[in-house]
Amino acid sequence: MLHYANPQHFLSLARRLTPWLLGAALLLLAVGVYLALFVAPPDYQQGEASRIMYVHVPAAWMSMFVYGCMAAASVAAFVFKHPLGDVAAKAAAPAGAVFTALALVTGMLWGKPMWGAWWVWDARLTSVLILFFLYIAYIALWDAIEEPARAARMARILCLVGAVNIPIIHFSVDWWNTLHQGSTVFRMDGPKMPVSMLTPLLIMAIAYTVLFAGLLLVRMRTEILARRLRTLRLNLEGAPA
Amino acid sequence: MRAFAALLRRDIVLSFRSGGGAGLGAGFFVLIIVLAPLGLGPEQSLLQSAAPGLIWIAALLATLLGLERVIEPDLQDGTLDLLRLSSLPLELVVLAKVVAHWLTNGLVICLLAPLVAPILFLKPQALWVLALSLLLGTPGLSFIGTAGAALSAGVRRGGMLLALIVLPLNIPALIFGASAVSAIQRGGDPTQALLLLAALSLIAAVIASLAGAAALRLNED
Repeated sequence: MLHYANPQHFLSLARRLTPWLLGAALLLLAVGVYLALFVAPPDYQQGEASRIMYVHVPAAWMSMFVYGCMAAASVAAFVFKHPLGDVAAKAAAPAGAVFTALALVTGMLWGKPMWGAWWVWDARLTSVLILFFLYIAYIALWDAIEEPARAARMARILCLVGAVNIPIIHFSVDWWNTLHQGSTVFRMDGPKMPVSMLTPLLIMAIAYTVLFAGLLLVRMRTEILARRLRTLRLNLEGAPA
Repeated sequence: MRAFAALLRRDIVLSFRSGGGAGLGAGFFVLIIVLAPLGLGPEQSLLQSAAPGLIWIAALLATLLGLERVIEPDLQDGTLDLLRLSSLPLELVVLAKVVAHWLTNGLVICLLAPLVAPILFLKPQALWVLALSLLLGTPGLSFIGTAGAALSAGVRRGGMLLALIVLPLNIPALIFGASAVSAIQRGGDPTQALLLLAALSLIAAVIASLAGAAALRLNED
């Protein structure tokens, strides 16, 4: 960890790893999509529409996983002053927001034929929506503060406050939902998932994770280089002609 | 302790002077309540069942209003630098700011709510639960809001950012506050929701003091 606190070491490692990660992600995605769309059996109740699950469920997992990564990176920056912590958290946020949006949109696409409505104020849908707002607030805070070092310090705090609050929000939305709706529309406790459906799901989940890791490295490199460029520019403007 | 009291008094006095926002939140709160029937129609049963949620949403939005004046002016005129140098821990500075904001904003809303709630035909037996729920919940709103104000201080046109940060974090308070009032109105027991609301405010007090103080410490170029 400490070795890669030096941005130079990190940049050279990231440069070597990125093509492998992105290549692996593409390969896994291709295999996963093939298995999910052509090999896996359709659900005996939901039919072909259940295939949205292979895109939807890993995205929903990632929406939580990425926020966890951001919180861990923020702790690394806050407690251990790791110089790449903020860069990692900032780079992860848009990816997390996109995964969350993907989970929401595919959920709606699945909900229309299954529930007969694009949107239901279901507990899980609602807390994912609020998670999406938290991502947006985090990204907006970074954008609003011009000076990167200051933006980084403020964003760290917001990320950790959000991390503490996510379980509270999730719990209260659950409580709100059971209070307002007697029965939930959809329950997961059907028969256990057969291996032919579980395999493509897990492959897709791994593909998403590897894709996220690859994109994270690309974005972190971009961010480090953008900061260097900014410093160079400021020095250039500050220097006497 | 004297520094704390002095800071508290200064903030309260400033919020009543010109440019301060003491009555702003309360006025906005009443305005939303009065406008609601014009939007929803005068039907009594509809307004009655919507009243707990409407009043709590109005309280949530009204507490947002004063927040831009809590930290921002201190950052602009250099008071914040003096506060950082003073012997008073920044956690207590945040607490003084929260108390001042709550006294001039949340408390006024708590007192006004039972008076304006009959506009929405809220049942009379629900009035004291409404006042109690706001009394328990609005300190939490002030805590989270002040932490958000500390985070977004120094941002040009930070109002929208502040709302974006604060509102998702305040959703639990809205849920439990509105459901406590709905419960008593429908003949149920509001105790559980009220206790959870109190718990939320206590959690907010801890998180927001620490986060707000950290933000004040680090919010400099």
